Amino acid sequence: MSTIEARAPLPDTALRRPGAVRLAWLLATLVILAGLCVASVAFGVREVSLAEIFAALGGDANGVSQGAVIARIPRTVLAILVGAALGVAGAAMQAVTRNPLADPGIFGLTGGASLAVVIGLAFFGLASPYATLALAVTGAAVAAVFVYAVGSLGRGGATPLKLALAGAATSAALMSLVSAVLLPRVDVLESFRFWQIGGVGGATWDRIALLVPAVLAGLAICLLTARGMNSLALGDELAAGLGENVTRTRLIAAGGAVILCGAATAVAGPIAFVGLVIPHFCRLLVGTDHRWLLPFSAITGAGLLIAADIVGRVIARPTEVQVGIVTALIGAPFFIWIVRRQKVREL
Amino acid sequence: MTLDSVVAGRQARIRRHAVTGGILVLLLVAAFLVSLMVGNTFYGPGDVLRVIFGETVPGASFTVGELRLPRSVLGVLSGFAFGIAGVTFQTMLRNPLASPDIIGISAGASAAAVFGIVFLSLTDSIVSVFALVGALFTAFAIYLLAHKGGFAGARLILIGIGVAAMLNSVITYVLSRAAAWDLQTAMQWLTGSLNGATWAAVVPLAIASVVLIPLMLAQARGLDMLRLGDDSAASLGVRVIRTRVLLILGAVALLAFATAATGPIAFVAFMAGPIAARLVGPGASLLLPAALVGALLVLIADLIGQFAFGTRYPVGVITGVLGAPYLIYLLIRTNRSGGSL
Repeated sequence: MSTIEARAPLPDTALRRPGAVRLAWLLATLVILAGLCVASVAFGVREVSLAEIFAALGGDANGVSQGAVIARIPRTVLAILVGAALGVAGAAMQAVTRNPLADPGIFGLTGGASLAVVIGLAFFGLASPYATLALAVTGAAVAAVFVYAVGSLGRGGATPLKLALAGAATSAALMSLVSAVLLPRVDVLESFRFWQIGGVGGATWDRIALLVPAVLAGLAICLLTARGMNSLALGDELAAGLGENVTRTRLIAAGGAVILCGAATAVAGPIAFVGLVIPHFCRLLVGTDHRWLLPFSAITGAGLLIAADIVGRVIARPTEVQVGIVTALIGAPFFIWIVRRQKVREL
Repeated sequence: MTLDSVVAGRQARIRRHAVTGGILVLLLVAAFLVSLMVGNTFYGPGDVLRVIFGETVPGASFTVGELRLPRSVLGVLSGFAFGIAGVTFQTMLRNPLASPDIIGISAGASAAAVFGIVFLSLTDSIVSVFALVGALFTAFAIYLLAHKGGFAGARLILIGIGVAAMLNSVITYVLSRAAAWDLQTAMQWLTGSLNGATWAAVVPLAIASVVLIPLMLAQARGLDMLRLGDDSAASLGVRVIRTRVLLILGAVALLAFATAATGPIAFVAFMAGPIAARLVGPGASLLLPAALVGALLVLIADLIGQFAFGTRYPVGVITGVLGAPYLIYLLIRTNRSGGSL
């Protein structure tokens, strides 16, 4: 009952932001994203001017600057896809588990995907892009089911604390296994050394073509269950009372998150904390209605990843810092902040 | 319950502790000798003992004395250090997940050490000091962050995991900046390894062990009392704050020196305590058994890593593969029994 009382004032304040405000934010975030895309093409180890960008887009590929632009465009596109996928996956997972700490990285999905990919490559020689994608999605799914099962054991079911601990422990265990498989194999390590850190530097159009259908499918699944996610936020009993098939909604939404996260990990390596930060940020902008929250998570997730990639390229010239490292440095303090904000009882 | 049965029970427990401790010591000595005997060339126990006691044996003096002995001594000492540091934190925070390798203190030591080695070109003993500062700073930061209107174990662990994630990405970054991506170094700092052990690397850890291990063992009673809660411990005559500060400083320092010498050998600090508790049963101080178990884990895992497979794996890979399922098992058991972590 307390749930209903606590939620009662929400519709006026949080759930329903005026449409105009949301549209304004939508416009603003899209403009910022566009600006970041331009910056992502312009900045880097070598800076190029706008004129050179247009020249390169027009097909002139002679100069060094034009070459840099042509190399940065797929990278930017990949960052958009991966960032959008991780942002939406995080929002969906936070809705499904009703857990503010949910994140594909922290809950072990990324770890499961990594382990599956690494095992496939090291022991079975499965290096083709399709195999990698399939392995990553399967690994993420297995990890998700496992973490949820472990977190639901015992009294009280899947409480936020138990889920978060189960996820973090599983994640640590999986990463240790990834190192165990990877480190002794010099040949594999060479190609996977940067993949394991998580980055978008190795973007090619082939990989992007592979990622696009998976990301679109995952986004569609998540967006179609947005209404169901709103019901889940009310609590299982109330949602069921409102005619929501709680288990089905949960499974579908989790499936969407798994596809998104697995696909992103297969191409860009394990990138943590984007899925954690983005939904919290978007709730501040547009409230808790998932029909708005999910698209915003996609846009801002893409923006965050591009921004992190730019930062990584600029701060350590002439070398680069992988985007996975930058997001960990931004995201981990945020994670700690959320943990601190929770009351002990809620944890 | 009569007085006699209480006394008898106590004597039975003391006997069990003594017997288990004795067996652990014997196993450790055996593992130590085996680790000196096997390798590319096998040397019998006679040769090995003569080298240890300073005689010159053709061939064996170099192989055993200069290659295998530092490696095995380093394994034993780092196992002691990881075991004691792990069980101290686990006991003090009453939570098996609160071991320093899970809550990020080992990562702090590694990050500082790697930074010193790659960017400042430091060597053995100064690296140890760097690791110590890094570990102390990390421990202090986690303590401050987790302490908010009272202390919650779960919050500390989650915050520690966040800190560990951040520090690990720092380690990865620093390693990727190293002039040549040296596989050997990478393995050492990502999972822990005894490869390339030299007497120069053993010395700082040996000095730290000689000073700190007796100090920690002297606090064993205080540590057990702290388990009852601060108020009960104080009423039993423990100077709570002093004991706690000493224990934390000692544990962090041991951990840092061991990490500087071998890298963060995965999950040894986490596994040693719970395994020791299973072996010796209730009512004993776990410091010494955990130290012995830690050393055994490192030595045996190193033997397995070197000789059980076609390629030679560093010790941390083996302990990581052992520790990961154990971590999950612990989680399942605790959740199923309805206890809170």
